[in-house]
Amino acid sequence: MAIEQVTRNGAVDPSGYGGQPVIDVRNLTKHFPVGGFVSKQVVHALEDVSFSMPRGEVVALVGESGSGKSTTARLLARLIPPTSGEIVYEGKDILKSEPRHASLDYRSDVQMVFQDPFGSLNPVHPVRYHLERPLKIHKKTRGRGQTRDRIHELLDIVGLTPPAEVAAKYPYQLSGGQRQRVAFARALAVEPRVMLADEPVSMLDVSIRIGILNLIERLKEDHGISFLYITHDIASARYIADQTNVMYAGRMVEGAESTELIDEPAHPYTKLLLSAVPNPHAGLRTEEAPSRGEIPSLIDPPPGCPFEPRCPYAMDVCKQEMPGISSLNRRHWVRCHLYPAGEAAAGMSGKLTNVSVQVNVRN
Amino acid sequence: MAVANTIPAERVAQNKRSGSLITLDDLKVEYLSPRGPVRAVDGVTFDINPGEVVGLAGESGSGKSTIAMAILRILQPPAVITGGQVLFGGRDILAMSDSELEDFRWREVSMVFQSAMNALNPVMTIGDQIVDAIRAHSRTSKSDARQRAADLLDVVGIEKARIDSYPHELSGGMRQRAVIAIALTLNPPLMIMDEPTTALDVVVQKEIMYQISELKEKLGFSILFITHDLSLLVEISDRIAIMYAGQIVEMAPARELFEHPLHPYTQGLMQSFPSLTGDKKRLTGIPGSPPDLISPPSGCRFHPRCPKRFEMCDKVVPKLAEVSPGHLVACHLYPEVRAESQNHGD
Ligand SMILES: Nc1ncnc2c1ncn2[C@@H]1O[C@H](COP(=O)(O)OP(=O)(O)O)[C@@H](O)[C@H]1O
Ligand SMILES: Nc1ncnc2c1ncn2[C@@H]1O[C@H](COP(=O)(O)OP(=O)(O)O)[C@@H](O)[C@H]1O
Ligand SMILES: [Mg+2]
Ligand SMILES: [Mg+2]
Repeated sequence: MAIEQVTRNGAVDPSGYGGQPVIDVRNLTKHFPVGGFVSKQVVHALEDVSFSMPRGEVVALVGESGSGKSTTARLLARLIPPTSGEIVYEGKDILKSEPRHASLDYRSDVQMVFQDPFGSLNPVHPVRYHLERPLKIHKKTRGRGQTRDRIHELLDIVGLTPPAEVAAKYPYQLSGGQRQRVAFARALAVEPRVMLADEPVSMLDVSIRIGILNLIERLKEDHGISFLYITHDIASARYIADQTNVMYAGRMVEGAESTELIDEPAHPYTKLLLSAVPNPHAGLRTEEAPSRGEIPSLIDPPPGCPFEPRCPYAMDVCKQEMPGISSLNRRHWVRCHLYPAGEAAAGMSGKLTNVSVQVNVRN
Repeated sequence: MAVANTIPAERVAQNKRSGSLITLDDLKVEYLSPRGPVRAVDGVTFDINPGEVVGLAGESGSGKSTIAMAILRILQPPAVITGGQVLFGGRDILAMSDSELEDFRWREVSMVFQSAMNALNPVMTIGDQIVDAIRAHSRTSKSDARQRAADLLDVVGIEKARIDSYPHELSGGMRQRAVIAIALTLNPPLMIMDEPTTALDVVVQKEIMYQISELKEKLGFSILFITHDLSLLVEISDRIAIMYAGQIVEMAPARELFEHPLHPYTQGLMQSFPSLTGDKKRLTGIPGSPPDLISPPSGCRFHPRCPKRFEMCDKVVPKLAEVSPGHLVACHLYPEVRAESQNHGD
């Protein structure tokens, strides 16, 4: 993707973000209180996360389990309230006091697709019912004929044909991939602008996954829908996402245009993640032992960078404070003390091992 | 290392004489169901040599776990083994008595399954579980067994100090290491690993895969490694078998299979994994989904999904035939397969 973005109406956008982002997440934080009356503890599920969803693009959130991906999606879908932070949709902070109808608009404009295609459909109803409901609730169609036509159209869009036949089927008669397509059709029924897809393919068979990823790509291209694509499979993020953001222990540590993130990762954790992806070209045996270590507890975490205990480059400052954002270029940023803060880091992407960085490295 | 080189030399020699450690010959397993028998494993033949890692790949429901359970003879009703042999050191596992099996399991073959949590007893420390496993199969004093348990934990990369930890006190990766330690207790010459890393995150998976591969080098056991993740398999396996709908459709040395997949199903699988490197090309996956094994498609079971099918594919069952040295495939596109399949009829 070219750095200079051409927006849908043809204007060149100097920000590199396709004009005003459809959603802008600012300093989003979610704490879950846990434990009983006596031992009150707090799970820092999400801590100070900021990112943008450029209009008409796919943004991937990548990270290991427990890193805060689903919490981010649930906050964006307004299934749970944040502890602090802002979610700016079309220029308006949706969390601030707002007229009721604006809130309703947001809830229909932003739709979620979940991981489990088995749990998300009611087994006693045919496919038709699952699509009829959102059409009725959101008053998208009038009369039986129009509703039927729209249902068939939706099934056709998600590749379930012949639509009339599929509409009459019950969930148990569908494969996992087909059920997930129904879930997409259901979300599409309300004509959303944004779809939040939380690990939509991880429970599907490998041969079927690509079909769903290609569907996301098509919905983006043909329907202009902006996607948040959540995955633990960074290769699939490279495949469909324009931008990829990496999460670790409730923090967002790096973001870049997807191919750049993979070719020139800046954060030591991103590098670790990439090195762990099975690579049939290289093989296991020739390599040195992989790094050991675990994701830290999110219960009342110490200050500082959560990756510090595992980081081969850790310095004293890493224990004390979480680094701020360093901008490597317009779409590539990292939160790591190896990089100078702010714009001073420009041009340093992919240079983690160069001299300017090595001076700081603890051996 | 405490556990190294304790596999009786005569047994290894015996296995070497017969060429392979274990041989599956036309294995057939069905699950009885109200709608009819599910032909989960339908005529599977392959062998594993001493020290070899054989990978078994295929989508869920293709019969991989059923093969693992048949080898261990731990299939439960409604499963029935309806045909074939599983030869281990010249003996047919399928014909063993219960007491022979007692001795066979763990000593000759042990297993590591996907869910470490299910394999471990939640109310016992991992040390006690290993001690139990040791003492169940050999006359060892408690203190010697505990010493050995600590050594085993060390071997799999768990600090000895964690010996008194309960499973819930360990991370997912640590639990899977503990399960591997238990599987190593009697130094069996064959380990069956069924999706041992599927529930783990990729960084932890890498650590476990590295550990498994190191242990294998050190201890020399063979592995039947089962997974749906072909890239993982290419990394660790010497040879790979691809399963589809209860049958092996292709088998070849790992690199050969990766570089020259012959079966359209294998080729489709290769088209299903986005890559981290190289051109971002559009992938197609495989259209359709795997068949119902109660009434599988006639002829080649893959034919309804196959982009290369032609007229004989839905009529004649393709037999696995060797089309280049060590590379077997069951697809009518290849003359060797057509010759073999028509000779035998069906
Ligand atoms: N309702 C909750 N109460 C307590 N902790 C929670 C809750 N929901 C999520 N968490 C915790 O927040 C962290 C992030 O979880 P999640 O967002 O689901 O991660 P991911 O989707 O990346 O696997 C985890 O440690 C999880 O246990
Ligand atoms: N207890 C059972 N009853 C009926 N069918 C079963 C049972 N267990 C497995 N099967 C069927 O046997 C086939 C092979 O299953 P399995 O060996 O678990 O496949 P894999 O390990 O490759 O996912 C599948 O079609 C599955 O539905
Ligand atoms: Mg999640
Ligand atoms: Mg299985």
